[in-house]
Amino acid sequence: MPGAAVTLSHVSKIFGRFAALRDVSAEFAAGRLYAILGDNGAGKTTLLRAMVGLAQPTRGAIRLLGNEDLRAATSEIGYMAHPTLLYEEMSGMENLRYFAALYGIRDDQPCEHAIRAVGLDPELTRRVGQYSQGMRQRLSLARALVHDPKILFLDEPFSNVDVVSAREMVHVLAQMRDLGKTIFIVTHQAVLLEGVADEFVCMAAGQISSCTSDLPAVLERGVPPARAPR
Amino acid sequence: MSLGEITRVSLAKDLRLEWRSKDAINSMLFFALLVVVIFSFSFDPTAEESRHIAGGIVWVAFLFAAVVALNQTWARELRNQVLDAYRVSPAPANALFISKAVGNFIFVAVLEALMAPLFMVFYNLRSIGPAYQLVVVAALATWALVANGTFFAAMSIRTRSREVMLPLILFPISIPALLAMVSATTAILTGEGAYRFWVVLLVVYDVVFTTVCLLLFETVLHAE
Amino acid sequence: MRRIFVILALLTFGLLSYALYEGMVAAPTEQTMGEVQRIFYYHVPSAVTAFTLFLINFVLSIIYLARRNPKVDALAVSTAEVGVVFCTVVLVTGPLWARPVWGIWWTWDARLTSTLLLWLIYISYLILRRYSTSGQTPVIAAVLAVFGFLDVPFVYLANRLFRTQHPQPVYFGGPGSGADPRMTYALLLNMAAFFCFAALVVWLRFRLERARQDFEETQALESLLQPDARSPR
Repeated sequence: MPGAAVTLSHVSKIFGRFAALRDVSAEFAAGRLYAILGDNGAGKTTLLRAMVGLAQPTRGAIRLLGNEDLRAATSEIGYMAHPTLLYEEMSGMENLRYFAALYGIRDDQPCEHAIRAVGLDPELTRRVGQYSQGMRQRLSLARALVHDPKILFLDEPFSNVDVVSAREMVHVLAQMRDLGKTIFIVTHQAVLLEGVADEFVCMAAGQISSCTSDLPAVLERGVPPARAPR
Repeated sequence: MSLGEITRVSLAKDLRLEWRSKDAINSMLFFALLVVVIFSFSFDPTAEESRHIAGGIVWVAFLFAAVVALNQTWARELRNQVLDAYRVSPAPANALFISKAVGNFIFVAVLEALMAPLFMVFYNLRSIGPAYQLVVVAALATWALVANGTFFAAMSIRTRSREVMLPLILFPISIPALLAMVSATTAILTGEGAYRFWVVLLVVYDVVFTTVCLLLFETVLHAE
Repeated sequence: MRRIFVILALLTFGLLSYALYEGMVAAPTEQTMGEVQRIFYYHVPSAVTAFTLFLINFVLSIIYLARRNPKVDALAVSTAEVGVVFCTVVLVTGPLWARPVWGIWWTWDARLTSTLLLWLIYISYLILRRYSTSGQTPVIAAVLAVFGFLDVPFVYLANRLFRTQHPQPVYFGGPGSGADPRMTYALLLNMAAFFCFAALVVWLRFRLERARQDFEETQALESLLQPDARSPR
């Protein structure tokens, strides 16, 4: 598919004796919001890490925005994980200023904009170590957004956030999708993305077992088991 | 942004973090002090003897203290897996290496500046050779320890028992540099011996290994 | 392949036996050192073998960093392990020889220190491999090997100067000067025998490592075929 945001061809990731991803092939179109669902151990986090270039596939290839070399597309991707990826002894703005600098951004403006977008106050001088869990999560999202990436990879962004804030975050993400960004969200709370996500990608046993926009069907059946290997 | 700018930004961040938490400096200082005191009990030299052995004692103490700093500065990047955020960004790997190495250099240099007078007092040292040469040797020697140390610390973060692993892999490789720095220091303090040769050896060691570090750091950073 | 292996094994056995005879019985007794000197027929070949294996490991490490071929890594770990064994032999036989002949167990001259250092470096290499939790252990190990091997010339140089400042006993007069040809013959024979023996063991270790790599991969792929332990919702 031309213009695909991410393409995976026969990607496998093996850690010692454990295969986290098994021969995964998929094409994800640009400008859509994908929710990645599955039980623990299904390979969701590994898939995300492989797509952002943190984990090298043992076999197979991944293309980001048409680039074979994932390092070429790094300025276009934003990543958020379960650990906060923030420095506890610095304030929110200090953190963002540093990470923005890694992307070549010298202004404070994009940092303030990103912090406001997630519902936090840029004037806050409190150190991140003193934030609540929800605030840290939101700041982590701001960090992923600060350089205005084309593709967002979010690993459980709603896990420690109250329902109201979660809904706000979903709203923000939906707006970004409408502006043309591609968004991948790994989550256990699929219901939050009902009506928002373009597709629900179900994973099991290191493979993508189904890809559908029909959420109720997914929830009813439970996460489908993996297909037999080809 | 260029390599230089990102290095500067990262270094500023590290110095700020260290200033606020004082993790590395505190543990280093205390450890170095402990080593000095313990050595004082083990050796009770006369003023004449002390000039011959002080070089060895000083650099062993600094080596152990440096290892403490090296572990601390990388531990900071592992909390909350912040290192992933750097790896995912377009920032060049070598900027991270240089900023960490320079940061460590500053911390260890501060330690040396604080401990040197202490050594002079405990061992009744008075240098026979010109003292400015000691600064030259200290700079070269500290870089030798810190450059390889920063690199190897980055390698050891992906091992079990990483605090033990770092000295295990670092010490054998640092032996020629250690020999050079101890011999050079002794040569200056006693006023005898081939000071020049040891300094040249240190310079060559620094150049060769810094180059290798810069060539291979990206590989090691992304080796998950 | 099987046949070559058998031939090599037989050759090794033959050579080792013959070399043993030559070294222990047939070669003449050295004038000044006596029977102890015969350790020399094991000490020198071990040293040459160890160093060659470490050199091969260094080259393989560089190739691995460029190509990332698992076969290269399997050979690298094999040469490192066997090299450490032979190096241990050197470090043990050396003092055993030196003590009765020169009255000292050890001295910090360039050669001995370099050997000890190589041994330390490759032991740390093996420990790193064992304790690594990374998925790319071979990469990190290869990097360490590159550093380690580059270090050796520095150790040698550093020690040369150190040695002139601290005079050492003259060490290796050796049978080089006016040596009995039968001694040289025994030495070369043992050298060949040790090389064959090293090749044999490295080969075996390589096969073992390849088998382990294949086994791990098969296990990994199979582990995902197991039905999920939890019942479906």
